[in-house]
Amino acid sequence: MLAQFGFGVFVLTFLLSLFSMVTAVLGYFNKSDRWVETARRAMLLTFPLITLAALTLIFLLVSGHYELEYVYSVTSNAMPLYLKITALWGGQAGSLVLWSWLMAAFASAVTLRKWERDRELLPWVIVVTSVTLAFFLSLSIFYENPFVRWWQTTGGEFVQRMFAPAGAIAITPTDGQGLNPLLRHPGMILHPPMLYLGFVAFVIPFAFAIAALVTGRSDDRWIRLTRQWTLVAWLFLSLGLVLGMRWAYDVLGWGGYWAWDPVEIAALMPWLTGTAFLHSVMIQEKRGMFKQWNMLLIILTYSLVIFGTFLTRSGVLSSVHAFSQSAIGPMFFAFIGITFVTSVALLLYRWKDLRSDVEMSSMFSREALFLLNNLLFMGVLIVCFWGVIFPLISELVTGQKVTVGPPFYQRANAPLFGALMALMGVAPLSAWGKSTFKTLGRALWKPSIPSAIVPLVLVILGVRNWIAMVGFTLVALVIFVTLFEFWRGARSRQKKTSEVFLVSLWQLARRNRRRYGGYLIHISMVVMAIGILGIELYQTTTQKTLAVGEDIQIAGYTLHYDSLAQFPYTDGRIVTRAVLSVFQGGKFLGELYPRYDYYPSGQPMTIAGVRSTLADDLYVVLVNWENVSAAQTPFKVYHNPLVNWLWIGSLIFIFGFLVAAWPVSEADIQER
Amino acid sequence: MNIKNFTIVIVYLLLLAAALVPVVVVSAQQPTPSDDQVNAIARKLYCPVCENTPLDVCPTTACHQWRELIRQMLAEGKTEAEIKRYFVDYYGARVLSEPPVTGINWLMYIVPPVLFLGGVYLLFRAFQTWKRLGKDPVSGADKPAKPVVGPEPTIGSGLAASDEYVARIEEELEKRK
Amino acid sequence: MSQEPNRNTAPLQKRGVPPWVQIMIWIGLLGLLGLLAAMLLKAKNPILAIHSTVPNFTLTLFSGSEYNNAQQVRLSDLAGKVVVVNFWASWCQPCASEAADLETAWRSYQDSGQVVFLGVDYVDTGPEAHAYMTEFNVNYPNGPDMGTRISQIFNRNLGVPETYVIDQQGILRSIQIGPFQSVAEIKAIVDPLLGR
Repeated sequence: MLAQFGFGVFVLTFLLSLFSMVTAVLGYFNKSDRWVETARRAMLLTFPLITLAALTLIFLLVSGHYELEYVYSVTSNAMPLYLKITALWGGQAGSLVLWSWLMAAFASAVTLRKWERDRELLPWVIVVTSVTLAFFLSLSIFYENPFVRWWQTTGGEFVQRMFAPAGAIAITPTDGQGLNPLLRHPGMILHPPMLYLGFVAFVIPFAFAIAALVTGRSDDRWIRLTRQWTLVAWLFLSLGLVLGMRWAYDVLGWGGYWAWDPVEIAALMPWLTGTAFLHSVMIQEKRGMFKQWNMLLIILTYSLVIFGTFLTRSGVLSSVHAFSQSAIGPMFFAFIGITFVTSVALLLYRWKDLRSDVEMSSMFSREALFLLNNLLFMGVLIVCFWGVIFPLISELVTGQKVTVGPPFYQRANAPLFGALMALMGVAPLSAWGKSTFKTLGRALWKPSIPSAIVPLVLVILGVRNWIAMVGFTLVALVIFVTLFEFWRGARSRQKKTSEVFLVSLWQLARRNRRRYGGYLIHISMVVMAIGILGIELYQTTTQKTLAVGEDIQIAGYTLHYDSLAQFPYTDGRIVTRAVLSVFQGGKFLGELYPRYDYYPSGQPMTIAGVRSTLADDLYVVLVNWENVSAAQTPFKVYHNPLVNWLWIGSLIFIFGFLVAAWPVSEADIQER
Repeated sequence: MNIKNFTIVIVYLLLLAAALVPVVVVSAQQPTPSDDQVNAIARKLYCPVCENTPLDVCPTTACHQWRELIRQMLAEGKTEAEIKRYFVDYYGARVLSEPPVTGINWLMYIVPPVLFLGGVYLLFRAFQTWKRLGKDPVSGADKPAKPVVGPEPTIGSGLAASDEYVARIEEELEKRK
Repeated sequence: MSQEPNRNTAPLQKRGVPPWVQIMIWIGLLGLLGLLAAMLLKAKNPILAIHSTVPNFTLTLFSGSEYNNAQQVRLSDLAGKVVVVNFWASWCQPCASEAADLETAWRSYQDSGQVVFLGVDYVDTGPEAHAYMTEFNVNYPNGPDMGTRISQIFNRNLGVPETYVIDQQGILRSIQIGPFQSVAEIKAIVDPLLGR
């Protein structure tokens, strides 16, 4: 009964979003504010309605209604409550519900405001969001319905239908299959919603951009209105990516965090364009230039979001992340086609109206460096896009599959990322308008001196890898330049106001949060780069089959194999756990417990034993695909230098973001 | 540190050993190559039946067999290149972590740099145009924004300049309120 | 900054996008969409359609396995005969369950000379494959699927075992995904093609 209710609500919301779209269009063309207002209110209603449907589904998941196919496939009696809730996004059908839910949240939030000043944009914002919402709801309703239940037909077959086939008997299994073990991890609990939030939130700036294009408003209004939305979208996308890395590191058991898998890249691509947008949009705000380019970037970002979602969910690609083959492909393809063609057509149509005068006197001005930054991000994007697309082309033309793996991306992207780091070091010192090589050089030499010590120290430490030298020097440059900027600003403010230095620093950052928050994010990026350089350049690994009592050596550590135990866990999985003692130079450092769990569903899950310090991670995997016994236990050990800085950097990132994007007053948005 | 060189040395030594004592110890097996030697090659190859999984971390039976095959080939004194070639011949180009540079695969390596350099060229040319426009005294009616944060010609030339710079920031912030 | 010009008045020449650039953009976009559509079709119908003509392929046989005293079999050389192409691998357990049935079926047709069985060893390792063939006493021509070229012809997402039956005109007539349960099951497919 509840299932029918949930489904009914879904259909109702679908119709409502269509209604909202139609009234908004009518309102625009009839210049009828009442119609637009109706559309706005309809849009507002979608969120509570989908919330109702989603809560219904969550209730069904939690209370074990295994007669529903979706509940059956992602939950089981043995699962704890919080996993039953997160099972909402444990499968294709449920994750689409989450997607629509978040989408409606954003759509409703945006229409909460009455937009009196921007009434002309409103109808088209509503049209874009309601079309998108209606599309995702239609996927749930027609193809991936989470509310379908099990029936047994007269022929004895088990089928999944929303409504009873003729003569069929309702079937209610007593237990479900349970969530994929790989998804039973804190990183996986947060990773999908974060990523979806990031994806979905980009629809708001996109909707405003399209509205601006349709109505022909070529000013910066849409950018100012959507600035916070864009930042929020970007934050969640970034967090989603980092959480995904952490999940991969903890759960996949191959000692790494990023495999350049097509699906990972699909999530990275909108981040690249989004980041480029956040930079280039500042040029438009400060100098009124590059309207065309910013419009293009935001449309590209959103297009990449749905393109990535399409690749992941349509079955075109297969990978660790991909949802199983699904019927939503053609529908999704139509949606992508419509979005792309409409956006491009609008952009071409309005291109000349968006033309703005460009005045750029120096290639070392901040706006010029921002453009360079954009070029580099586009470079990374090209590499990523081509790496994902090329195997498809190849398979189509030659009939043979090819793999584009990490070496390609690393080789192509490393210099681009290096150049981006160099820019991060230089650009904050440049000025808007006129900055010459000379002024820039004069600003740069002070922070350059301490950074120049870094390669010397590295050489003394015995580092000979030139990539590491360049990388770490750039990291140091960015950190010193950024700190120098903080110091310089606070110091001169202090002189003027005779405050305590820290107070000055606080006031400085508080009054120009976007700039200084941005600087903190720069620092967080290079701190992450420390971890990435460490693991990419200096990871070592060894594999050995040990008997209890034997040792394995890696990077100056000795791991002593103490014991092996096998025991069942309350939820039915069989845990096989080894105990190893870690020694360094004869000194006992602690114990590691690598293990693997066999779930009743037959799925294994490897959980590495990790000893994590600021200097390095010791990462031990029990190699479960070999035969394991106390006399013969295969271990694989990874030594991952500096990898912890990747996670530390992501914490700094969140802090920097909060500094940059803490809500500013409405008046501020209005004025600027 | 350098597994690759290490492997090359080992393989070389094995080859040498194989060349020196082929007849004397016909029955005596070569020392079985270690897991590390096998993984060093396996991690550069992809599982032919799973998507995007390197062979050294792939848990299926088939992958186990392939690792044993690598071990056996190493024991026979095959080089890494030979093993890779064998894998490509038998299981297709998808076992390599990058497409081999043949036929249409050239596009894989050519298109990104060409596009990127195209971008560099376009940007460079645009810079030239803008510079000319910037110097052009005929200023358009609609030069929007004179820079909000004005030019900072004296940036970095001492604290006095910084004062000015901060003052401007402050001023700007006041205006905004 | 708060001025709001609706449509900037044009100080400079307001050029639109040149037509040739527009055309190129559209070609690029449609190309991308076309590619996605093609891949979508391929993902949806990964298997060669029944009643379609099977593209020619060459199977290089294992040493010790031969057909007409040759180490290679070309599909085009088998015109006029019913061809049963069975994909298997030594690591595949269901394959083992049908191996004996395939051998028996092949033997029953061997004398007629009208049916050719081809075993295609899909992404397998040599020694294990040979052990498998010895264990199940497989005697019809077998060879490795070099570079997975043959399996790509039949099924983009091939899993083993799969069996494809091609008639005398080179047209695909039957697809069996998963193992055969009995000799009779195989014969029920092949016999009608022989007009029996």
